[in-house]
Amino acid sequence: MTELSIVFTLNGERREIRAPAHHTLLHVLRDGLGAVEVKEGCGEGVCGTCTVLLDGEPVSSCLVLAGRVAGRDVTTIRGLGNGETLHPLQEEFVAHGGAQCGFCTPGMILTAYAFLREHPHPTRADIRRAIAGNLCRCTGYTKIIDAIAAAADRETRPRG
Amino acid sequence: MAKCTAVSRTEQLRVVGRRLPRHDAWDKAQARTLYAADWQMPGMLHGAVLRSPYPSARITRIDTTRGAGLPGVAAVLTAREVPHNTLWTDVPGQTSAVGPLRAHLQVLAEDRVRYQGEPVALVAAQTPEIAAQALELIEVAYEEQPGVFDPEEALRPGAPPVHEEGNLLARWQVRCGDVDAALARAHVVVEHTYRCHFIDHAYLEPEAGVAWVDADGVIVIRASTQVIEHFRDVAEVLGLPHNKVRMIGPYVGGGFGGKEDVTVEVFLGLLAWRTRRPVRMVWSRQESLLARPKRHPFILRYRTGAERDGTLVAQKVELLADSGAYAFLSALVLMYATVTAAGPYRAPHVAVDARVAYTNNPPTSAMRGFGAMQMVLGYESQMDQVARRLDLDPVELRVRNGLRKGDRLPIRQELDTYVAVAEAAQRAWGTLGPRRAPSTPHHRVGRGLACNLQPYGRIVWLHDWASAWVGFETDGSVVIRTGVPDVGGGQASSLCQIAAEVLGVEPDRVSIHIADSALTPLAGTTTATRQLYMSGNAVLHAATQLRRQILDVAAQMLEIPADRVDLQESSAVAPDGRRVSLVQLMRECTRLGVSRSYLGVYRAPAGDPVDLERGGGRVFPDYTFGAHAVEVEVDSETGAVTVLRHVACHDVGRAINPQSVEGQIQGGAVMGLGYGLMEEVVVDRGVNLSTSLAAYLIPTSLDVPDVEPVIIQSGEGKGPFGARGIGEPPIGPPAAAIANAIEDAIGVRITELPITPERVARALGLVTNG
Repeated sequence: MTELSIVFTLNGERREIRAPAHHTLLHVLRDGLGAVEVKEGCGEGVCGTCTVLLDGEPVSSCLVLAGRVAGRDVTTIRGLGNGETLHPLQEEFVAHGGAQCGFCTPGMILTAYAFLREHPHPTRADIRRAIAGNLCRCTGYTKIIDAIAAAADRETRPRG
Repeated sequence: MAKCTAVSRTEQLRVVGRRLPRHDAWDKAQARTLYAADWQMPGMLHGAVLRSPYPSARITRIDTTRGAGLPGVAAVLTAREVPHNTLWTDVPGQTSAVGPLRAHLQVLAEDRVRYQGEPVALVAAQTPEIAAQALELIEVAYEEQPGVFDPEEALRPGAPPVHEEGNLLARWQVRCGDVDAALARAHVVVEHTYRCHFIDHAYLEPEAGVAWVDADGVIVIRASTQVIEHFRDVAEVLGLPHNKVRMIGPYVGGGFGGKEDVTVEVFLGLLAWRTRRPVRMVWSRQESLLARPKRHPFILRYRTGAERDGTLVAQKVELLADSGAYAFLSALVLMYATVTAAGPYRAPHVAVDARVAYTNNPPTSAMRGFGAMQMVLGYESQMDQVARRLDLDPVELRVRNGLRKGDRLPIRQELDTYVAVAEAAQRAWGTLGPRRAPSTPHHRVGRGLACNLQPYGRIVWLHDWASAWVGFETDGSVVIRTGVPDVGGGQASSLCQIAAEVLGVEPDRVSIHIADSALTPLAGTTTATRQLYMSGNAVLHAATQLRRQILDVAAQMLEIPADRVDLQESSAVAPDGRRVSLVQLMRECTRLGVSRSYLGVYRAPAGDPVDLERGGGRVFPDYTFGAHAVEVEVDSETGAVTVLRHVACHDVGRAINPQSVEGQIQGGAVMGLGYGLMEEVVVDRGVNLSTSLAAYLIPTSLDVPDVEPVIIQSGEGKGPFGARGIGEPPIGPPAAAIANAIEDAIGVRITELPITPERVARALGLVTNG
């Protein structure tokens, strides 16, 4: 079994791991690095639960071979906020009840984060389209969309 | 318009009724919640299950030599290595023909497999890859047997028997009045057969857990479950005393009934006990979709009779459900169907004949709605067709016939709390507002309504109870300990709100420890829409008693009678504003030897088993009533259905946390839309063709509208502060409401789920081949 040595950045920190060539980024994050904040929902790129940001773009980490992230930036939900305070998206998920069982939440928030960066003034329909690749079985999506819309409002609303 | 009973205590409540973030929301938004699969232990092994590829076969030989010999494999187990290879399902109180002793399954297949995916052997190995390889090296010789894959065929003479005792698993009947005579006299009789299908719970968190043998020799199993009481099943299988197995239930990534039966627990117990090492088992999505019980498909035959003015006179219902290869909870699911089959309506003459049969299909068991939800398609499709035949308004027909407080169900259970059928129908329909115009000339817009009833709480002769310990720490913070699994419905958080209300503290001063069978007082299953009702009442009782204990002490300190002392803002307060802090009060309690805690037990009102056929009586503590109204647009060229608006109205009695209630209603309604429009586990002669989320489609954000909740608070539920359960009820109405809206739009009646574009196109005559 070919083992690869992979150096990449995880949430701003340099990490070096050895992993068999067939291991996915999801596998390496959860079992190799203990980054269990990344959840596995289907293992085949359908549900969006394992979403992480790769160089800022949302990807299903179950479809990315670990070797592909060498030299690149990986962001999990722990990379949002500064560790002490919550990111506005996280605050709005709390305030609006966007997390019920909570299992889709990390991937959902990361998808929303990348989306809002590109589309700071989304309509509700825009948000629906943006999260269509992240399944939720508990909420019916409304409170998730409410949370994302509220976070967008906060970002664009003048302070004071 | 029905009048909603006012809630007298509303103004006095400080915490109950507030839209508060749940106590676990911050952890979940930061992904700090450790779910079952996130747990790791030093030296942990990885468990895996070998499953039958055949739906019906004899096992002639199993050779585990090569699998066991693979380096890194710690254990391979077959049925021979399982001390007691039978798991039992409790089916108490049956009065019709149910084989109580047949409600069992084999932990691992012995000489016969009865469904595709049935467990045959277990492996524990150093890595998941080695475990998977070892599974491939286990040699099993199968001899395929004839199978039966349709419940009607299964009950025909000469059908291949799934079990030796024959294929009829259970029968329930209800008789009320003389249904045949009433149908003969009725002005109009509507007769239809409806079919509904296999679906999967498809929670985002597949089944998972970790087990280890603790230093004291107790097997600890930390697994995703709705039922920590399964520690008893593990103990029975291993032949150990029940007190040598402990279940810990972490926060669950969705349950919906799919984690009510045993999933990984027994396998983990077997492997950890054999290897004496920690073992983790995580099912893949494919394994979850393949191997776990589904929702029951039903064939529903309805004959509904009404007078010229729309007054219902008779409901004659024949039901046949598919249990798949094992009983699991089928007999109980069928009873829920039987009890609710006539719908939330008054009909003097009712006959229900319900049967459930074994087949070699995937087993079916609990899923949100539990038999009652499948009935809604039947009785609500019938209601709309009665309205159509009599040229009556569909809302008016439901208001005219809707059950009211004091009425009796066909099983002769009196409804002793507010019955919101008429109010919910009117409010849901009224909220739809002006009708939208079709988006193109070939689109048609239609509207549909569906009401439902769903029991909350367990069958009264199960003598259900729940316990909770509530106490103060010396700093005045509050601790709750209760064995409640939290499956994402806010089960634990609602209990914090209730304790905070009674004890006069802010919710953030309450900590709750849940779901540990060794350390938290047992509270029963998170199923049957029972936790708020049962554990909510247990916490309310415990907190109320604790309040009494400490108020006596506070009264001495404030030198006034105890009934004049209030608890608020973490202080005991006298009417004149003098106060002692909880810290001072706790110090005084300690000095006086007054306990700072209380163990509360809530026992649901119990009853004797009733005979549904002869006499009937109370079966459930109470029911939640509701109505959904939808507006759909149908593409008359493709058959595609788009839901434009969806209003979901339920009487929740009291919304302990309105945000959680809305979330339950919206999530349940969307799951109901998935059931009605798109989800289907396709089974071809016992072979499951829907074992990936690419094949088994659940609603995405683009498939559904924002569901608009309308919450009725009658204050008349049997839960704490007059609450009713709301976990299951919202999944019931959507499929029927959609079917009714489609007929309104395009004039064709769809009687089979899911209502795919293809099915609509066929009904429109757009597709004729095949």
